[in-house]
This record gives sequence, structure tokens and C-alpha cells, in this order.
Amino acid sequence: MRPPILRELTSCGDSIVEVAAGSAHALLQWLRDTPGQEFNYLVDVTAVDYRDPERPLEVVYQLRSLHRRVDLRVKVPLDKRATLAVDSVCDLWKGANWLEREVFDMFGVTFRGHPDLRRILMWETYAEGHPLRKDFPLRGHFTRAEQTRQALAANPEAHYSLEELSLAEAYDELPEDVRQRLAKGQRGFVR
Amino acid sequence: MELNRAPEAAEVAGVSPNYITTRLDALVNWGRSNSLWPMPFGTACCAIEFMATAAGRFDLARFGMERMSFSPRQADVFICAGRLPFKLAPILRRVWDQMPQPKWCISMGACASSGGIFDTYTMVQGIDTIVPVDVYVPGCPPRPEGLLYGIMLLQKKIKGESLADPTLRQEYLLDERGFYLPPEKVDEISEPFGNSVHQTRSA
Repeated sequence: MRPPILRELTSCGDSIVEVAAGSAHALLQWLRDTPGQEFNYLVDVTAVDYRDPERPLEVVYQLRSLHRRVDLRVKVPLDKRATLAVDSVCDLWKGANWLEREVFDMFGVTFRGHPDLRRILMWETYAEGHPLRKDFPLRGHFTRAEQTRQALAANPEAHYSLEELSLAEAYDELPEDVRQRLAKGQRGFVR
Repeated sequence: MELNRAPEAAEVAGVSPNYITTRLDALVNWGRSNSLWPMPFGTACCAIEFMATAAGRFDLARFGMERMSFSPRQADVFICAGRLPFKLAPILRRVWDQMPQPKWCISMGACASSGGIFDTYTMVQGIDTIVPVDVYVPGCPPRPEGLLYGIMLLQKKIKGESLADPTLRQEYLLDERGFYLPPEKVDEISEPFGNSVHQTRSA
């Protein structure tokens, strides 16, 4: 049973489907798993903030079916006056992890159920907001002097999460073959 | 030989042909300026021009820069080739702090010198607010000849230095407010800057 959609349209030859935030995850799962749809590749997750304050912010999922060779764009409009939140699709496509982190960083959209939702482009202590929102001034909220002061006070190691730092510390606990591969400069496989 | 009379060249040559007299400053500066080891800090397209400068056609080795020092601890001259985002600023500052004296800094290109076209929330508006800069090379990106000219200007500057002047080797640490160069000083020494809304570099 296909989850309900708001509307569908074709723009410049691209198929676009709009879906409410509540049923976005169900629809994306349906698109991935239903025979005849099989959109097994998540090309991109991004968002659009329009200049018109009445228009909702849109989270955009670009899907592709690799063997059917068709593309589909799924848009989720989010009311800017309410909480910007949508369900994470990390459980459907693992590659959505960093893409959703980028949308969170740049637009402030919260992805419910994301395993590690934190900033990815800006540093974690960045306090000026979400830069790609239309209400964000081009030069940032703070003065140049304050930005310089904060940058000079920053600790570069703080760009890494505790998980990433503990990965580096956990080198001794890795299996022997993985350590040998790392010693030779090979990256190994992501399991 | 009378002590108040400068020796004739023939007399000096007669004593020993194997030494010359010179000022210590001149000797040290000659050595320093002709054996600069650059620490390349390439962040953008300026780094491509920097690589072209280091490669065979323009050959940075002619100026004593045979060895690129990819460790700041064995480097003399810091070359920031490209734009510097605020996220990278503490890293640049740390690399600069790790370089031993004597050290110099070349700001290569419009973005490193002033932020260039990137008058945005991410970009440092000139690396001279992060580290002291000796030579600014204009251009977007500068041609290798431009960088070579900047390097020759730096060598000229080094040849004018004096060991007797301790302020040349002063480390500029961060002040109690967390600035290397106070914003009032930045505004005082810089021209009206930026777009029409923000006319000072610290605003």
C-alpha cells in the first residue's frame, strides 16, 4: 500500500513527488522496497530555503533506480514557523548519514533517529546559526573581530567527535590483519 | 702596520688569501635570504601557481628554496597560498607557532591578503589578522613571476635586517582578549574595506 503523497509533477523532464513530513519515511521505504519501483540508490539529500517567507522549506531526496535507470525527486515541505524535523532515512540508505548531517548543519533541519546528528562542515562550537537559511546574513551574525577571536581561540582537535578520537585511540584493539593493512597505508573495507 | 690605517688589499692578500672581512649582519642575512625553506600552506588555486613556481619552468630552487619543508619545524618562510576559512585559522596559527625563529610569512594571492572575493561568513579577511605577514603578493592567483618577485622582495627585506634589533624576532602571541592584532589596530592600519555596509575590517 503506497503511503499518501501531496502532489506529483514533472519539471524539465524530472519526476517530482511531494510528500508530507509524517509519511516521508514510509514513502521512501516503499519506493526502495516495492518491486517495480526499486529506487535503491540515494543520490543526494539537500534542502531549499525560498526567499518567500510564506513558502515552506523543502527537504529534497534525489533517488535513482540503478537497474531501471530512472530518477525520482521526493520533496518534503516543512513549515518554517514550526519545528523543522523529519525522520532520518539512515536506516534505509547508510549513505544518508553525512548528507543529513550537512542539511542539519546548513539549514537546521533535525532528522529524527539519526545515529550521529552534529555539524559536518562548520565546526561543532559554531554559534552563528545555520548559514544557508535565507535569514542568515552573508557575512555571518558576529563581527569580523569576534569571528577572528573565536577562530584563534578554537582548538583544532575539537573538530573531531569523541567517537573519532576514540577510534584513533582504539588502534591497539584492532585485529592484527587490519593493523597490518593500516600500517601499509591501505584503508581496508567498511563493514 | 699603523693601527689607524685601513690595510691595503695587497697587504691583506699578502698575509692570507683565504679570508674576507664583512659585517656579521651581511653574512648572516646573505645566508638566511639565500637558503629559505618554505612551508607551503596551499589551500586553493594559488597553490597550483605555487607548484608551478616550484616546478622546472620557473624553478624556485634558483632562490635557495630547493627543499619544500612540509614540517613547520624545519621551515623558514610560511607561504599561505589560497583563501583561509575560519575553520582553518587555528591550524594556520598553530603551524606558524611551531615554526622556529627566524621565520617570515608570505601572503600569496588576493584571498590570503584580504579575503578577496570571499566576503562571506566562512572566510578570514586577510591572514594578517591571524599571523604577521612580511610580503603580500597580489593577484588572483598571482603568476609565478609575481610570487618570485614577492620572494625576491622578502630576500631584500631579510638583507636589511640587523641582529642588533631584537624586535625582529619577537613572537606575537595572543593578547588577553584573544587577538594577535587588536581590531582597533586592524581598522587603523587598513583602508576602508569590504562592501558598502561594512567599511571596516573588524565590523
